[in-house]
Amino acid sequence: MPKLTINGKEVEVPPGTNLIEAARKVGAEIPHYCYHPGLSIAGQCRLCMVDIEKTPRPTIACNTQAADGMVVWTETERVKETRRSVMEFHLINHPLDCPVCDQAGECWLQIYYMRHGLYEPRMTDAKVHKPKAVPLGPHVILDAERCILCSRCVRFCDEVTGTGELGIFNRGDHSEIGLFPGKELANRYSGNVVDICPVGALTDRDFRFQVRVWYLDTAKSVCPGCARGCNIEIHVNRRRPHHAEGRRVARLKPRFNADVNRWWICDAGRYGFEFVDDKSRLLMPSRRDDEVVTDVAWDDAIAGVAAALERTASADVAVIASARMANEDLWALRRLLVHRGIRQVGFRLPPRTPGDEDAFLIRADKDPNSRGAELCGLDGDVKEILAAARARQVKMLWIFGHDLFDSAWPEAEIAGALRAVETVVFVGTNGNATSERARWMLPAAAWVEREGTYTNFLGRVQRFRQAAEPLGQALPEWDILGRVLVALGAGAAPSRAERWFRELAEAVPAFAGLTYQSIGDAGAVLSAGRPLP
Amino acid sequence: MMSEKILTRNFGRIDSHTLTAYLETGGYAAWQRAQAMEPAAITEEVKQSNLRGLGGAGFPTGTKWSFIPKNHAGPVYLVINADEGEPGTFKDRYLLEREPHALIEGMLIAARAIRSATGFVYIRGEYVEPWRKFSAAVREAYDAGYLGKGFDVVVHRGAGAYICGEETGLISSLEGKKGWPKVKPPFPAIKGAFGMPTIVNNVETICHVPHIVNRGAAWFAALGTKTQGGTRIFSVSGRVRKPGIYEASVAITLRQLIDELAGGVAGNGRLKAVVPGGSSAPILRSDEIDVTMDVDGLRNAGTMAGSAGVIVMDETVSIPEALMVVARFYAHESCGQCTPCRESTGWIYKMCHRIVEGHGRKDDLDKILDVAKRGAGTTICAFYDGAVGPYISYIEKFRAEFEALIPK
Repeated sequence: MPKLTINGKEVEVPPGTNLIEAARKVGAEIPHYCYHPGLSIAGQCRLCMVDIEKTPRPTIACNTQAADGMVVWTETERVKETRRSVMEFHLINHPLDCPVCDQAGECWLQIYYMRHGLYEPRMTDAKVHKPKAVPLGPHVILDAERCILCSRCVRFCDEVTGTGELGIFNRGDHSEIGLFPGKELANRYSGNVVDICPVGALTDRDFRFQVRVWYLDTAKSVCPGCARGCNIEIHVNRRRPHHAEGRRVARLKPRFNADVNRWWICDAGRYGFEFVDDKSRLLMPSRRDDEVVTDVAWDDAIAGVAAALERTASADVAVIASARMANEDLWALRRLLVHRGIRQVGFRLPPRTPGDEDAFLIRADKDPNSRGAELCGLDGDVKEILAAARARQVKMLWIFGHDLFDSAWPEAEIAGALRAVETVVFVGTNGNATSERARWMLPAAAWVEREGTYTNFLGRVQRFRQAAEPLGQALPEWDILGRVLVALGAGAAPSRAERWFRELAEAVPAFAGLTYQSIGDAGAVLSAGRPLP
Repeated sequence: MMSEKILTRNFGRIDSHTLTAYLETGGYAAWQRAQAMEPAAITEEVKQSNLRGLGGAGFPTGTKWSFIPKNHAGPVYLVINADEGEPGTFKDRYLLEREPHALIEGMLIAARAIRSATGFVYIRGEYVEPWRKFSAAVREAYDAGYLGKGFDVVVHRGAGAYICGEETGLISSLEGKKGWPKVKPPFPAIKGAFGMPTIVNNVETICHVPHIVNRGAAWFAALGTKTQGGTRIFSVSGRVRKPGIYEASVAITLRQLIDELAGGVAGNGRLKAVVPGGSSAPILRSDEIDVTMDVDGLRNAGTMAGSAGVIVMDETVSIPEALMVVARFYAHESCGQCTPCRESTGWIYKMCHRIVEGHGRKDDLDKILDVAKRGAGTTICAFYDGAVGPYISYIEKFRAEFEALIPK
């Protein structure tokens, strides 16, 4: 491994490491625009200049591989002067419209100007004008005047998605990003170009004009959109609730995880959070008597559900769990099932339209935690449960999240099953056609409103953190289930997600040894272990 | 100072582009000879001849050939740069039109030296007649069996961008991409066209090779200076009585070239300035023309031999206007890839234009100089350094003329 010296500090790096990455290891940040570790080297922004001893002039760090004995200085006067020059060049034709630009606050032109530029502007001539507010596709809009032509978006579409929609057209200072004729930036990962755009040229049509980025709070999370479990950050607007019509989740951003999604997420996941602030959210526990729905206090709802469970023979109770539930919820459910001796449980419903899949990130299984549900021993046959319900062999049916009518099964069969059951309990974040047929409707907190873990299809257990308060009186499923367990006299129930996880790790062999600490931000892989029966 | 005509010796014949004429004047004899030579011996002969690249950079040709990795198993490509786009340069078009077989023969020999089985000739898009003549010669060479037996030539036409004459921009364009120069390393000799080791040589450079093989490195070296052998074709334009192309030893002085070959200064007859090597070469004042036209002679004079496009300006020429035209060219032709070049070529043109229009500001000249110097040497290719040559030299050498245009 080459050993080199950067700013007087010796560092050893794997062969092939470039100087930007090598410098990170000694805590030196080399400013750059076009370089992105997930893309090929372009070498065109010319900002990442460093001084290498025995070379006559500053050299770009992105295209220079660390070599044994190399002596690199990243903050010489000459380097600083070059950076100031390059910053000036980057900005001479830039519209400087920060006050109306959505990138302001997270713009690398602003950041680097403040860190490395700070010169007196000398450009007094007319700037070059280019197209503005050009929609490139369903999610991305272009302001060509703000673009610094780093070509990251072009390389993303060429190298990562292989779809090649974007190119740089024209020459010189009239160069501009654009779509090839007949193309639209509509690939399934198009939103990533907004993330990698270092400036305000490519912005998110969903996010723009909603809220200033400096009002956003962030939490580390995991995308619940499919079995991949891409690592994400949730950006919520808590501080300006009057912006964006009360929408709290402003946007989702990918969070780097070398073993899962690297820097990327798909558009389906990125924009799949609408349900969180949707009008259909369940806010209060409620009870339906005939067609009259009454909001009730949690204690009454819990007591009502517990009474129904006690009243009904366990052989007559069935549960349809969901792979959208976290491991903690699934484990709480498992405990309830064991406590009551309930045997009819399942979680898989055939989707009405089969999920799409690709060779990159997107999985056909659109639930984040099928593996967790399997491991908790909840993988029974839902079709049999519904058949039994239609045959009046199920008196109480507890449904988590699903809209049964959204499955591939005939509507008449579902309706028949729900009609035949005496007590339907529905726990979920949002109301749906199924919840409308439930006697008890219990509001669950959405994943952004709580803590928990999902187990992805490769057996990686990953944590998601709370980003916002639960809406209304919604509670995490583990909390609802814990309260029911207490009401049933099963003893104390854990009061935090982490404690439920601890119980799970002690009980389910595959989770043995895992803790929230060991899972950390990057997740941890399950040990080999069979699912509970 | 007239020297023996080598490249242009047949230019007087109306049929000089034909195989018949070429064979009558000893054509393809060098190829016969080269086939008996080891590849390394050919490269060595070219090294000894002091042949230097005549497209602009002046790099020693034999040395360039020797950069091809010895242990490479896949294809090696020979690419001929016939994208002659440097303003003031029009020599390669004559070679393509009038001596196309010299290029083909030179390519055969060069390909043997670098063990290449495929050669590409990238011809400037506007060169329609040169393309026709050269393509016809290629067909003749196939029919006569010179080509197609271990070496093929592909003729490719450019689409009109100056930057495609930069060797890696040319390679990008040849590969079907936007003609953007590539970051180096890797250099083309290691990873060039289609990811394979590639040598890019100028038309004129390769046309010299058969003569070197025929008559020996020592003969060729003796034609020039200590560090550069041979003759080259000077394109002389502007205010001279006989503009045109002139083949002469690289040891000729600029004064001899203008006065003895090109018939002296036209216009008002009094010389003001000369650009000696195409528009990218820094300008020389009338008192700076006693300089030999070889690569090192002009480098020592603070300018460059470039493509030997000699642009002569008499006293009636406005240097600020000339710079504005040059600046417009570079602003128009910057590929737009590297930030300093993309942004400052346009900016500098705007300032030059303003000065010429009488709206210059006091600090404009220093601003142009500062911007030019800051960007120099910071880009992927030499395009911007080529633009900086005129920006700085025109202003520094003729500052008073600029200042006179700026309102007090």
